[in-house]
Amino acid sequence: MTDTTERVIDAAAELPDAPQAGELNEPGQAEARIAGPVTFAKALNAALADAMEADSSVVMFGEDVGALGGVFRITDGLTARFGTSRCFDTPLAEAGIMGMAVGMAMNGIRPVVEMQFDAFAYPAFEQVVSHVAKMPNRTKGKVKLPIVIRIPYAGGIGGVEHHCDSSESYYAHTPGLTVLAPATVRDAYTMLREAISYPDPVVFLEPKKLYWSKEVLDLAELRETFEASTAAPSIGRAVVARAGTDATLVAYGPSVPTAMAAAAAAAEEGRSLEVIDVRSIVPFDDETVCASVRKTGRAVVIAEAPGFASVASEIVARIQERCFHSLAAPVRRVTGFDVPYPSPKLEHFFLPSVDRILDTVDELQWEDQA
Amino acid sequence: MTISTGTNRAPGTAKTSEQPESAEAAMLPSATPVQLVDPNGTHTPHADYPLPDGGSLLAAYRKLVVGRRINDQANALVRQGRMAVYPSSHGQEACQVAAAVVLDRQDWLFPTYRDTVAVITRGVDPMEVLTLLRGDWHSGYDPLEHKVATQATPLATQLLHAVGVAHAAKLKGEDTVVLALCGDGATSEGDFHEALNFAAVFHVPVVFLIQNNEYAISVPLKSQTVAPSLAHKAIGYGMPGERVDGNDLAALLSVLGKAVTRARDGGGPTLVEAHTYRMQAHTNADDPSRYRSQDDVEKWIPKDPLSRMRTYLRELAVLDDDGEARIAAAAEEMAASLRNGLNTDPVVNPEDLFNFVFTEKTSQLREQADLLRGELSREESSEEVTP
Repeated sequence: MTDTTERVIDAAAELPDAPQAGELNEPGQAEARIAGPVTFAKALNAALADAMEADSSVVMFGEDVGALGGVFRITDGLTARFGTSRCFDTPLAEAGIMGMAVGMAMNGIRPVVEMQFDAFAYPAFEQVVSHVAKMPNRTKGKVKLPIVIRIPYAGGIGGVEHHCDSSESYYAHTPGLTVLAPATVRDAYTMLREAISYPDPVVFLEPKKLYWSKEVLDLAELRETFEASTAAPSIGRAVVARAGTDATLVAYGPSVPTAMAAAAAAAEEGRSLEVIDVRSIVPFDDETVCASVRKTGRAVVIAEAPGFASVASEIVARIQERCFHSLAAPVRRVTGFDVPYPSPKLEHFFLPSVDRILDTVDELQWEDQA
Repeated sequence: MTISTGTNRAPGTAKTSEQPESAEAAMLPSATPVQLVDPNGTHTPHADYPLPDGGSLLAAYRKLVVGRRINDQANALVRQGRMAVYPSSHGQEACQVAAAVVLDRQDWLFPTYRDTVAVITRGVDPMEVLTLLRGDWHSGYDPLEHKVATQATPLATQLLHAVGVAHAAKLKGEDTVVLALCGDGATSEGDFHEALNFAAVFHVPVVFLIQNNEYAISVPLKSQTVAPSLAHKAIGYGMPGERVDGNDLAALLSVLGKAVTRARDGGGPTLVEAHTYRMQAHTNADDPSRYRSQDDVEKWIPKDPLSRMRTYLRELAVLDDDGEARIAAAAEEMAASLRNGLNTDPVVNPEDLFNFVFTEKTSQLREQADLLRGELSREESSEEVTP
């Protein structure tokens, strides 16, 4: 085994710089029909624009989403292209944004709202939990609420307090909410399009630290594939992000790249790790996760959120219940510590790291340890 | 669907019969609650609010009497164990009836849990309305079919939904006004503030009606706010506020009617505070003797909304003994239909637990539905073998 200190990857160093003004494509500009580097942020922006183009009932609103284009520029150019009726700024009031979205959805609009930052969404929590999640149930399905709640989410960006919470467990614990966390640029586009077309409310968690990550792909082709309904559905379906045979790393959202980096590092050490990108926290794809664990016999679940009473805990429990006889070792978690999200100078101690994942994998009762 | 591309209009000022000296003056409520028929049943003229004609008042009075009978019957059914709970609006029926009557067919009503009479007056089947309070399901009617939202139990949250429906109506170019009800306690909630602010900023056609019945369960109004009146809060949002005698059906119809017309004409939102009183307990779980005296309650008996309108209509000679008998018969018919409906045991379907959480059941919910189905089938088979 190599010295773990060699494995240290500075999470902050992995972050590309945020784009300069004008780097994102101008609104309405046709993407070249050739594949090129596309950022996660641009993919989300394109998904919003394409959804608004395809369906005039899609309306985007929130704080600073108009002229500014959102603090992360995800709504860049939408107001210029679609007008202030289709993409508009609201007063600074999250419950107001959320409650108004409920009423608009009741009257035939498909609202997409931006919550600006994970921890800023908490004033809207009553509206999300008591109304967004329950209205279809209260009315026996008569009132559908096709709302998408976009939340720039989780840490790793050096944000000060209240800007980096991982809040997925609150939403996942609330029956009636579909909870998605894409990890790739391709998923950013297709999953947001899918969420906007979905009949039920969706909490759409956008990992902030991935906004400026890039993939080479063709957005026009993605749009055509989605609109021709030939894209494989992602809601309720996990994917094997990297195939392997020795152990399964289960991750979602911001933890997927970390898991992939750990799998790459492990491969150099001769250990084959499979990585499952959960993508859809609710509904959860037991089938794909369990198929992988039954194959490998070992699993580590990785998430940024504090581990106690978390989505990671739920995934561990589901694996234990379904795959117990296939397991060669207890299912382990690598999560954030059970502390409030730390200050920027401390967050690298808190976040699941490649080292911590590999150390945990090392402890999974391998034969060479017997 | 077409969404208009128009920009938000600047907040308007109230259109009153006399030109106001300033926008501020137009937004301030009248010095005393607007009253058109006093507790003695006498018309008290008001410069800004005309008295509705006798025919309109008679039609609304009929609904008032029916509303009182609904309250009495529902209270009795709770005592008989036929309903889980009933928050009575006895004494507040004029607010409830007026809120429903001033709306057109295409308009929306957003009621609270205490507004059963308003929902029934709007035309929803009473048995569907009482599904919530009987305890079979959270909402027994289709809000979209009736343009009546589910009766809200969290306070003030529905006011934002009302703003959303109105905002959508504006974007779609619909001729729709939304009337949203809340109580005095709800005005302390953050959602009340956000709803009024959003309504004013987006200049949407909403009328907010606060039924100030003096108590939020046990907490009196003086512990809820020190504002000059709840209607005074309107000016802080840039919309007109008005105070009205909440036990005066005529005044409510006139004040709310004007606010609805103003909203329909593009004049934006209005806040109306109706001064009324909760004559009975908050619900059957409440003990009002712990926080208010019977003397205080009895001071409101002479202000009753039914007696004054009855006196006025008898004076006007649009109501006579025959008319009263017909109205009483209609109220009895309603009470009998409530008794008949609620005296049968509700039929609930355990599968419904899982049927309306998502449009399509998740695999997790399918497993849980199978579990429950299995438990129930084992119970049935064990019942069969038990002698």
